[in-house]
Amino acid sequence: MCLSIPGKVTEIAGNMAKVSVGGSLVNVGLHLVDDVRVGDYVLVHTGFALQKISEEEALETLELIKELQDPDNDVPGHVL
Amino acid sequence: MKFVDEFRDKTLVLDLAKEIRKISKKPVVLMEVCGGHTMAIRRFGISSLLPPHITLLSGPGCPVCVTSRGYIDQAVAYARRKDVIIATYGDLVRVPGSTSTLAGERADGADIRVVYSTLDAIEIAKHNPGKLLVFLGIGFETTTPSSAVAIKEAQKSGTGNFYLFSAHKMMPPAMAAIVDEGIRIDGYIGPGHVTTIAGADMYKKLVEKYGLAVVISGFEPVDMMQSIYMLVRQIEMNRPGVEIQYRRAVTAEGNLMARNLINEVFEPRDDWWRGLGILANSGLGIKPAFAQHDAEKQIKVEVEETIEPEGCICGEVLKGIRSPLECRLFGRICTPSSPVGACMVSNEGACQACYRFGG
Repeated sequence: MCLSIPGKVTEIAGNMAKVSVGGSLVNVGLHLVDDVRVGDYVLVHTGFALQKISEEEALETLELIKELQDPDNDVPGHVL
Repeated sequence: MKFVDEFRDKTLVLDLAKEIRKISKKPVVLMEVCGGHTMAIRRFGISSLLPPHITLLSGPGCPVCVTSRGYIDQAVAYARRKDVIIATYGDLVRVPGSTSTLAGERADGADIRVVYSTLDAIEIAKHNPGKLLVFLGIGFETTTPSSAVAIKEAQKSGTGNFYLFSAHKMMPPAMAAIVDEGIRIDGYIGPGHVTTIAGADMYKKLVEKYGLAVVISGFEPVDMMQSIYMLVRQIEMNRPGVEIQYRRAVTAEGNLMARNLINEVFEPRDDWWRGLGILANSGLGIKPAFAQHDAEKQIKVEVEETIEPEGCICGEVLKGIRSPLECRLFGRICTPSSPVGACMVSNEGACQACYRFGG
């Protein structure tokens, strides 16, 4: 039920967008997000975009794992 | 697929498994509270990559599973009215009520439509002005905004025959109730998409009150393993807090637009959870300003008395205190094609995940 899938926005018309999810185009409501543009990646859930996906954060997350391998590097946590 | 494939990298998964083994000394019990995580853990065999003293439990994170039989019974009662069309997400259709299911009612002629989005339900209502369209709104913070949008759209477009039957629920009260029940856990693998909407700050109280470690996790194997690493690190260092692993989608404050919509349309009320009973202010009812679209207020039906199935231990499975394999119905009387309890119906349910991918 909480399954959400990343997809790329290919077209926007008013409050609706066409989003490419794994090669299929789906109609997605943009009622819950602002500032979404063609080319952005969004999380799609029950026909709505829940959030824009941050590429920068995705890369950093993967980078943190690689840094774990470095014995001199005390990886900082992100405790709120 | 971008943002999926890179988080399924086998080398990274195995590196994380090695790092977890390196830092993990104490026995640790971690619970996930999202059906997506239940499925991912089983599907990717996450437990097999962990040292034996790290235990993973499934909690009350499958919306279909925690929904009461009484709700299904009331949906069945709506479906039996000749002037009603039911619109629902697919998961609910086969969930057993006391004496029937929505699938059974459909076979008997009820008009039940499976929709992908609440906006599809609005369209069905517009095309059937002589009928009452009842949308079954279940789900946690992730799904609630879609229902809020539908109510606002119905109001804006004058779609007076659109009604929502809300069983929407909020996750933190259930996460607190698990600990209040005396179930010993050290940390939560926090629900990624619930938190995309609601924001990671909402778990701070859990940390303050119960000293639990909380890491908000994505759904791919690398995400899950990295989250478990972060949880183990918090616990080993005795420094519990709220951390976000799923940073590409989750922030401390969440999606404010969606949160504002929820607050505009819904208000907290006490609600019943399978396994946990009634939890104060854990559910969401429709605010009086939108009462004209509230199925409970506008469409009166006689609902049969709720009967719980004998022998089903769904409630205990949802609290993580018993495994599906301990249920005497599991795999014999209760299977995905003929489910007795809700946990076997949904593909996010602990029993179905166990049936499909093994214990």
